[in-house]
Amino acid sequence: MSFPHRHLLGIKGLNEADVHYLLDRSDAAVALSRQREKKKASLRGLTQINLFFEASTRTQASFELAGKRLGADVMNMSVGNSSVKKGETLVDTAMTLNAMRPDILIVRHSSAGAAALLSQKVGCSVVNAGDGAHEHPTQALLDALTIRRAKGKVGRLIVAICGDVLHSRVARSNIVLLNLLGARVRVIGPSTLMPSGIGDMGVEVYTSMKEGLKDADVVMMLRLQRERMSGAFVPSVREYFRFYGLDAEKLAYAKEDALVMHPGPMNRGVEIASEIADGPQSVIEQQVEMGVAVRMAVMETLLTGEEARP
Amino acid sequence: MTITVLTDAQIIDPSRGIDEIGSVIIKDGIIEAAGAGAHNQGIPEGAEIIDCRDKLVIPGLVDTRVHVGEPGSEHRETIASASRAAAAGGVTSFVMMPDTTPAIDDVALVEFVLKTARDSAVVRVYPAAALTKALAGEEMTEIGLLSAAGAVVFTDGRRTLANTAVIRRALTYARDFGALIACETQDKHLAAQGVMNAGLFASWLGLSGIPREAEIIPLERDLRLAALTRGRYHATSISVPESSDAIAAAKARGLDVSAGISINHLTLNENDIGEYRTFFKLSPPLRTEEDRRAMVEAVRDGTIDIISSAHDPQDVDTKRLPFSDAENGAIGLETLFAAALRLHHSGDVPLPRLIDALSTSPAKRYGLDAGTLKVGARADLAIVDLYEPFVFSKDRIVSTSKNTPFEDARFQGRVLQTFVAGATVFRAD
Repeated sequence: MSFPHRHLLGIKGLNEADVHYLLDRSDAAVALSRQREKKKASLRGLTQINLFFEASTRTQASFELAGKRLGADVMNMSVGNSSVKKGETLVDTAMTLNAMRPDILIVRHSSAGAAALLSQKVGCSVVNAGDGAHEHPTQALLDALTIRRAKGKVGRLIVAICGDVLHSRVARSNIVLLNLLGARVRVIGPSTLMPSGIGDMGVEVYTSMKEGLKDADVVMMLRLQRERMSGAFVPSVREYFRFYGLDAEKLAYAKEDALVMHPGPMNRGVEIASEIADGPQSVIEQQVEMGVAVRMAVMETLLTGEEARP
Repeated sequence: MTITVLTDAQIIDPSRGIDEIGSVIIKDGIIEAAGAGAHNQGIPEGAEIIDCRDKLVIPGLVDTRVHVGEPGSEHRETIASASRAAAAGGVTSFVMMPDTTPAIDDVALVEFVLKTARDSAVVRVYPAAALTKALAGEEMTEIGLLSAAGAVVFTDGRRTLANTAVIRRALTYARDFGALIACETQDKHLAAQGVMNAGLFASWLGLSGIPREAEIIPLERDLRLAALTRGRYHATSISVPESSDAIAAAKARGLDVSAGISINHLTLNENDIGEYRTFFKLSPPLRTEEDRRAMVEAVRDGTIDIISSAHDPQDVDTKRLPFSDAENGAIGLETLFAAALRLHHSGDVPLPRLIDALSTSPAKRYGLDAGTLKVGARADLAIVDLYEPFVFSKDRIVSTSKNTPFEDARFQGRVLQTFVAGATVFRAD
């Protein structure tokens, strides 16, 4: 068993075996991370650069910690969108960093396809940490790992993805990955927040939480960006919360033991009620833990291939 | 006195409805005869004879939508370099779009274009003038004076006019001068942040889509205003069948309207974008294969009058970017004819209609002395091998910019020699 890819640019392009391979290695990384001694040497001497054109404290921290636990030298480059607006600088910045001979680049950018463009210009492995509304593959992998560990499987589960599917890279990566693993995927949200052609993307489409959540095993909430809440896509926060915010009443439509997930950061009172986010069905904190493990597994796989399993 | 005779050629001259084997006699840059009976009087003494057996001779192509980087962005393309690219593609006349820096909105700038073309271009360059000052979409330019200076059409280039009162007045005023108004139709609010055709493919790529209605609504609006004003209106680049239906209906009502399409929209579709290939980022966006087929049919039946290259040179600084940040546009002068021949070889559009849409029809609509091989016309023509295959590799691109959507494309049929006023301006090696 091996993983025949140099980069991780998206879930599209992976097959089921690739995904299970990464999830299995992630399980091992979870075990390592729960030990007192959390450090390995598998990436010792290698250089990891986190190149974030879009601010993201938690994803960047997760990748940084993952790299450090594997023994890599990690450098963070946060290029604020204000100073570097155009992608011209994306390629130029990448070329500059490439000349410093990193072994792996972790890239987040606000434009779809940015990670793919970079991967063509640099000589090292590239991991897409989110490109516009396109993909966020490590998020989908950590979600799948969280589900697999909690439910023992992913196949045949009913997973409802709720909210702003239109702008969500998390939703796209999850739709591909969950279909790959044989889950039944539903999307729920107002039609203004659904991409064109959504009905042909391998999902069942609902506009009502009551219908969409019925018998769901997993309820995956998406973040709604603040600038989209006040009239552009939905009229107001309170109207959105009334119809699409996850509260106890709506969660009751799902299975009793349904998992509640959120990629973070949450808007409490917008897409999710606090009592639910902090409630017994929430696995939001586990997602964060799985995030570090998945990123360890991905980087170790891309950089070392077979060896270095604990 | 110089005389050139092209013998035994297949001659297609849509201006006279001719498709026959014959000869073309060029005397001092003027067509003396072209057709089956051309040398009934024998070949004149001292003439240079070019054997065109199994070759096609056509009036030089007339490309009505060409963006050049001069003035303002000469690193992308100058009038001279665009003219060499045109010659290599059998294009002997082109209309140069006014959205340069500064915009061609003043008599002095029209004169600059004409002078630069006279001094440096190997093909005929006809300036288009801005319809509104500084392309701002608010105040009309001096349509009368600009026409007199040599502007052949009025257009805001890549920009769609938003103000309906401005369009109405411009159409009305231009009518008095017999001037043609040419418009893009792309509603920027509906297109929003869109960068490609709206649909499943865009959704998977995470790119925002441009719905077809963004083109149809302003087009239908413009056609209403053309009916109101009885002005002369040309839709420069349509891409969906609803648009050609609207044009057909307007023509049926007797309006003086016409439509053009870029060769890209007749030979490519949205799937060519693949993994964010920015050379396929165009405006209007490439549509679906079903749309493409419908547009080919609209060319065949004449609803779409004109095929253009939509030549738009862009450098790496505007194309080597994430897809949504990259500029629109592709070069196309050199590949216009070869790409158009795909429609002939596939059997979709008969060759005479194709030559008409590429040469005679645009010349007529824009009032240019081109697009014909009739006696007394300036000898702008091309000799073509309809069947010779070639691969359009990057190193053979004549244009200064290399943003072709046909890189390494296989073509069948190429331009062998191009003449402007009887002089050879291009010869294939």
